[in-house]
Amino acid sequence: MLEMIIISSVKVIVVVVAVLTCCAWSTWLERKVVAYMQHRMGPTLAGPFGLLQPIADALKLIFKEDLVPKSVEKVTFALAPIISFVPAILTFAVVPFAADFEFFGYQVTGIISDLNIGVLFVFAVTSLGIYGIVLAGWSSGSKYSLMGALRATAQMISYEVGYGLSIIGVILVANTLSMKELVEMQGSDSIWFFQNWFVFKQPLGFLLFLTCAVAETNRCPFDMAEAESELVAGYHTEYSSMRFSMFFISEYANMLAVSAVGATLFFGGWQGPLLPSVLWLLLKMFLFMFFYIWLRGTLPRFRYDQLMNFGWKVLFPLALLNTMITAAFVMID
Amino acid sequence: MSSYLAVLIFIFAGTGIVLFTFFLARLLRPSNPYPAKTVNYECAEEPIGDSWVMFNPRFYIFALIFVIFDVEAVFLFPWAVAFGQLGLYALVEMVLFILILFFGLFYAWKKGALQWV
Repeated sequence: MLEMIIISSVKVIVVVVAVLTCCAWSTWLERKVVAYMQHRMGPTLAGPFGLLQPIADALKLIFKEDLVPKSVEKVTFALAPIISFVPAILTFAVVPFAADFEFFGYQVTGIISDLNIGVLFVFAVTSLGIYGIVLAGWSSGSKYSLMGALRATAQMISYEVGYGLSIIGVILVANTLSMKELVEMQGSDSIWFFQNWFVFKQPLGFLLFLTCAVAETNRCPFDMAEAESELVAGYHTEYSSMRFSMFFISEYANMLAVSAVGATLFFGGWQGPLLPSVLWLLLKMFLFMFFYIWLRGTLPRFRYDQLMNFGWKVLFPLALLNTMITAAFVMID
Repeated sequence: MSSYLAVLIFIFAGTGIVLFTFFLARLLRPSNPYPAKTVNYECAEEPIGDSWVMFNPRFYIFALIFVIFDVEAVFLFPWAVAFGQLGLYALVEMVLFILILFFGLFYAWKKGALQWV
């Protein structure tokens, strides 16, 4: 028992630190990629290719004064960043990050917690992130924040239904909710190592997942909640210093989490030839991240009514249809 | 149960990191609030009235629709997991269930509940 707790704790710490590191350098990646898309250089001064920029940003933010406006609800205002940050990284508790390996004579599983309801856990935790946003927007006592929080909530719950439904197809094919088993099912020893990836069995499901994931994480072109030009950052207008950076980190952690789930459910997780399994997962995750940034660099923002219409009148019926078609195909097999 | 213990450890670690950085920031940062700084940000205007303003009731309607269809999604999960063993009967039943909900969505659509004006 004690041994298990110690092994789990070490794994948790390694994964949390790894996720935070990935978050930090995702910000660098985003700035750099968007910059090159707009014929700029992006950060260049801190370190080679501006690689130390995230550290400089962190240092700057930690030395900033933490302003708390006088009209806030103190308790919820302080809790909101924590409530939004913890669920954001909690997804990684059930994402298999590597094949089982041996470490100093201990047999270690490449997943922090192999829940038999792993996929459901992911969706439950993703929904919890909304509370952080609502509490932040409501307790700030600012009109911008309230509007931003309301928009964010309405958008996230609208796309949540499609998000959940889009992966039912995968579960129909795989007959399991355990993330570990889902990854093992997608492995293949042949030269066509990707032949068992679920993306080929669920192309429509994957497209729906991808779209809903972007909306779930409030990213461009669905970034109505933040809308710099009209809402001045929306739900975190009144936050400064480390509290602001917690929201910032949780946005990136959410993107990484969604990328990890997408890579696990549709692209075989850590499965892949030659390279170590962790690298494969990271590679697939960062392809998703690049896609996110690419979208931001190319697409304008949706109008709010278009966004709600798209969620309910296009994505949701399509997801239901995908479920029924998949079920019929599984039946025929 | 032990797999949930690991999740619990994860939650503690996550909360711990946040609290630690807040603590660290408190030690390092300056604190010099004065009245002009602690006014809510409204693009340099003095805020007028209460901040908890009235908002569009559509948000509530969408919340209600969400609850209905999210419960449906939750029903679909166990069905999808056990689908391999359940066979044709389960498929027909679920298609009926989904069709009823499709009808519900269509009704909401026609009633204009999904229309954002």
